[in-house]
Amino acid sequence: MKTDPAGVLTGAHYLDGDFACGEGAMAAGCRFVAGYPITPSTEVVERISRRFPMMGGTFIQMEDELASMAAIVGASWTGTKSLTVTSGPGFSLMMENIGLGAMMETPCVVVNVQRGGPSTGLPTMTGQADMMQARWGSHGDYELIALSPQSPQEAFDLMIEAFNLSELYRVPVMFMMDECVGHMTEKVIIPPADEIEVVPRKLTAQTPEEFRPYRVDGNLVPEFARAGDGYRFHTTGLTHDDRGYPVMSAECQEVCVRRLLDKITNNADKIVHFEEEDTDGADVVVVTYGITARVARAGIDLARKKGVKVGVIRLIVCWPFPEKRIRELSGNIKAFVVPEINYGQMVLEVERCAAGRAAAVLVPHGGGGVHDPSDICDAILGAAK
Amino acid sequence: MSEVMEQTEAAIEEHPVAPFLRMDRIPHIWCPTCGIGTAVKCFATALEESKVDLDKTCVVSGIGCTGRVAGYMKLDAFHSTHGRAIPFATGLKLGRPELLVIVFSGDGDLAGIGGNHFIHAARRNMDLLVILVNNFIYGMTGGQNAPTTPLTAKTSTMPYGNYERPFNLPHLAASCGATYVARWTSLHIRRMTKSFKEALNRKGFRFIEIIAPCSTLYARLNKLGTGFNLMQFYHDNAEIRHGADTRDLDIGYQDEIICGKFIDEERPTFLDMMHEHYNKVLGDRYMPTPREGGMIHE
Repeated sequence: MKTDPAGVLTGAHYLDGDFACGEGAMAAGCRFVAGYPITPSTEVVERISRRFPMMGGTFIQMEDELASMAAIVGASWTGTKSLTVTSGPGFSLMMENIGLGAMMETPCVVVNVQRGGPSTGLPTMTGQADMMQARWGSHGDYELIALSPQSPQEAFDLMIEAFNLSELYRVPVMFMMDECVGHMTEKVIIPPADEIEVVPRKLTAQTPEEFRPYRVDGNLVPEFARAGDGYRFHTTGLTHDDRGYPVMSAECQEVCVRRLLDKITNNADKIVHFEEEDTDGADVVVVTYGITARVARAGIDLARKKGVKVGVIRLIVCWPFPEKRIRELSGNIKAFVVPEINYGQMVLEVERCAAGRAAAVLVPHGGGGVHDPSDICDAILGAAK
Repeated sequence: MSEVMEQTEAAIEEHPVAPFLRMDRIPHIWCPTCGIGTAVKCFATALEESKVDLDKTCVVSGIGCTGRVAGYMKLDAFHSTHGRAIPFATGLKLGRPELLVIVFSGDGDLAGIGGNHFIHAARRNMDLLVILVNNFIYGMTGGQNAPTTPLTAKTSTMPYGNYERPFNLPHLAASCGATYVARWTSLHIRRMTKSFKEALNRKGFRFIEIIAPCSTLYARLNKLGTGFNLMQFYHDNAEIRHGADTRDLDIGYQDEIICGKFIDEERPTFLDMMHEHYNKVLGDRYMPTPREGGMIHE
């Protein structure tokens, strides 16, 4: 369906990534936001709290990030598209209820404007070191989706994709920005509402008598009943059967958790989203995401001037990882080069998929700044030898 | 004679509160003589008698023995994470303001791990009815010390007796701004039911503490006897003092338990304050979240 025009600020704007992200959420139809202030993400909720009262949205500043995450899971059960926004330390606190969201199969979006860590780290400076936490941070086995924008324009555009994916697969979606993208100001084009396609909450057509909250009938994503519509359903963070009733057994665990994984992994081809450039005949492919994708450009240009054939895979959806494409490429190239603002996270995934057929070379950066393009160039030259 | 027999059979088939429970999940997990079942029975009776719209009523629990309540109520019911029932319920309420949202959980859940959410929801006067069953102990995990354990009482992690000062929960709720505050023991079936009924029809942050026996752990560790002895204790030591100063409601070890309704007043809720303020400062530009929810439709 087309989105609700009330949330769409159509036009050409000059916005930072945080504001653009907030505009993206409102344009996507988000109408409930719970958050707790944390640098460098706070501008997202500042933007939203200023505009929400005019479009039927409710913002509440909660007492902490545990509460913020719990509140958006609760609000999502009313059918209201829900969002929270944070950075590393808050992201850590949200992990418990991100797991609840995954287990209850609750659509919602979590923005993490990444800063340097661990712990309090570098509150005002950039990082990309929460990428593995986004995937594995809550305990137990589950799958979710994570995206990473490289510009304010993408912070807007991908926010809509993030909400749509969360609705389609009934999962929490992690929106992995970084401080650089969050605080850089660029031109952002917001299209008219009738050009913004959004996925509405798919409510069940079954009667309350026949409805079971986790029955899938061959599909992988169950139908949704929202609180207050007379279904009188039960849902829990415990391992549950299709009625949403707790069942403590290995058999039920297999059915319940397996589907949480399968609904993402079996649909990975539909979910993965990346940009690919000049990989045909390349010796080296740079795999990159977020702000680093833009920094890497300069390093790639330098390497190309020195005669190396360099291709690029830019991850837009980071989780699920485009494993099929990386496997295919690894038979044709010498090496992948992976610059990231951490000491080696997504490179592990590249290495796993390359499985020894191509090298996976990390270009690390500890955070607090971006790479020097010449470091990326040197890594490409070294890998091409 | 046969007529009497028929009536008896009919009564057995349909317990008066059966329509409010998930009978396909009975028997429940609670121990014999536990007070949680009594609180649930009284709550179901209150739901029936207060004539609230059950389709618009949600119950949210956290984790623990009382945390299982949501699992047995035939309402839209959410068994959330440990300590987070109140913020989860806050999201439900704000996402669809027409909902009647009840939080039903234990002392460890709401006053221990969830204590921060408790005080802030009370401060905001969030429109929630919070029913807290206080059994003085962490029951589900085996009898550890709770923020409500009376001084000197033995628990599995205070084997020589508790030396931490416990919360006086009605006072905590009242001082943070709760609009309705009451306490009963699980012996006070009619009064508890009446309190639930009354509170269901109030607005704002309403707090009802139910003192309940845990004979499996608290009573055993403290050699307090059987379920009958515990009821006898409530009978002999619970004193009803409506309107008591909440500062006087501390519970000492095997000491008197002051019960009653302590606070019952009306104050604007979080949503009342929000609407009033935005109407004042934004006027016609203000567009509140619709009562039926912020879900966007075609």
